[in-house]
Amino acid sequence: MTDKDMRFDYLLRLGDNSLILGQRLAEWCGHAPMLEEDLALTNIGLDLLGQARMFLSYAGEVEGKGRDEDRLAYFRDTKDWRNLLLLEQPNGDFAKTMARQFFFDAFQYLQFEGLAKSSDDRLAGIAAKSLKEITYHRRHSADWIIRLGDGTDESHERIQGAIDDLWGYLPEMFDMDAVDDAMLADGFGVDVAALRPVWDDYVNGVLAEATLIRPADSWSVRGSREGKHSEHLGYLLAEMQFLPRAYPDAKW
Amino acid sequence: MVALAVKDELIEILALVKDPEIPVLSIADLGIIRRVEEGENGHPVVVITPTYSGCPATEVIEADIASMLKLHGVPDFEIKTELSPAWTTDWITAEGRRKLKEYGIAPPANRGKVALLGHEEVSCPQCNSNRTEQVSEFGSTACKAQYKCLDCLEPFDYFKCV
Repeated sequence: MTDKDMRFDYLLRLGDNSLILGQRLAEWCGHAPMLEEDLALTNIGLDLLGQARMFLSYAGEVEGKGRDEDRLAYFRDTKDWRNLLLLEQPNGDFAKTMARQFFFDAFQYLQFEGLAKSSDDRLAGIAAKSLKEITYHRRHSADWIIRLGDGTDESHERIQGAIDDLWGYLPEMFDMDAVDDAMLADGFGVDVAALRPVWDDYVNGVLAEATLIRPADSWSVRGSREGKHSEHLGYLLAEMQFLPRAYPDAKW
Repeated sequence: MVALAVKDELIEILALVKDPEIPVLSIADLGIIRRVEEGENGHPVVVITPTYSGCPATEVIEADIASMLKLHGVPDFEIKTELSPAWTTDWITAEGRRKLKEYGIAPPANRGKVALLGHEEVSCPQCNSNRTEQVSEFGSTACKAQYKCLDCLEPFDYFKCV
């Protein structure tokens, strides 16, 4: 892989994380347990969509093959997506959505804090801008983890179950492959492996306050960086990409 | 250089563009216009900044700037978006804050003060009481949170401090 290819791949990872989670949150529109939460989930989804647009536009320019944000979002198949497996997991109930959000918000906050110091001004600018929004996302999901965990028997049971179900998807966030290493070496990217202890401290603190148990690290799945995804991504893309594929170049 | 007088005139024209979501505010009040500079071909370049990454108003604002400039006889120009440094609510002008409050939206707290207090002190835009409570950190647009006043009991929007 040339340096250009690696930058493209790295930007896709960032953009795809934001876009896939944003799409999942948009699925809640009109279905959340209360109006305030319906607004919150879609607002957070919109922030993520905004991030995705900035990253994918940048990725397309780096690639230099004339693909813009829409081309990258709507005309790639599952094997070309680079989002974390965690983020494509179905919404499940509200507890599962919040657990997924909480783990990722805690990670993305640290990742973007690092990216805001990237040697690349454009990447640093996108990260610094997004970080302001992620600060709100992280507070919101942490509040819900505490409220559900330290709530009723049923809410406690559901959020603990969601955390247990998702736990094995988390190690992938902190993996460093050849692209990550190269991007770190030239000051473009972040050392995500080094974020693990800080992430652990934060997550452990919230789980303790929520009277929840941190699961044992007994299983893990990985593969998104090589385009190996769960079956769920295909269904998500089918819905997200249907219109531009059925009616290419359609305009509002 | 775009001549100073022309630049001032352009900024006056730009100040006529309203925010599509909060139509009492102009994009100048919001601090969305960064500057007007001269492009390579001598045409003016309007440099703007988005408020929130996913704010759908951004594209409408660009289109409104274009039509406002054309309406005022400026046919050739360029609109450029700049992300860094990231937009902050501290760029909303004093006039902008006054208009927000009059419109019923509590203006954002000052970031320095928030850092000092550790929280945002939000006063009710209707009765000025400081006894207010947050209903949700997210509201009808990306930039707003929902609050209620514990004295006059009115619900209201708060323009979040970022």
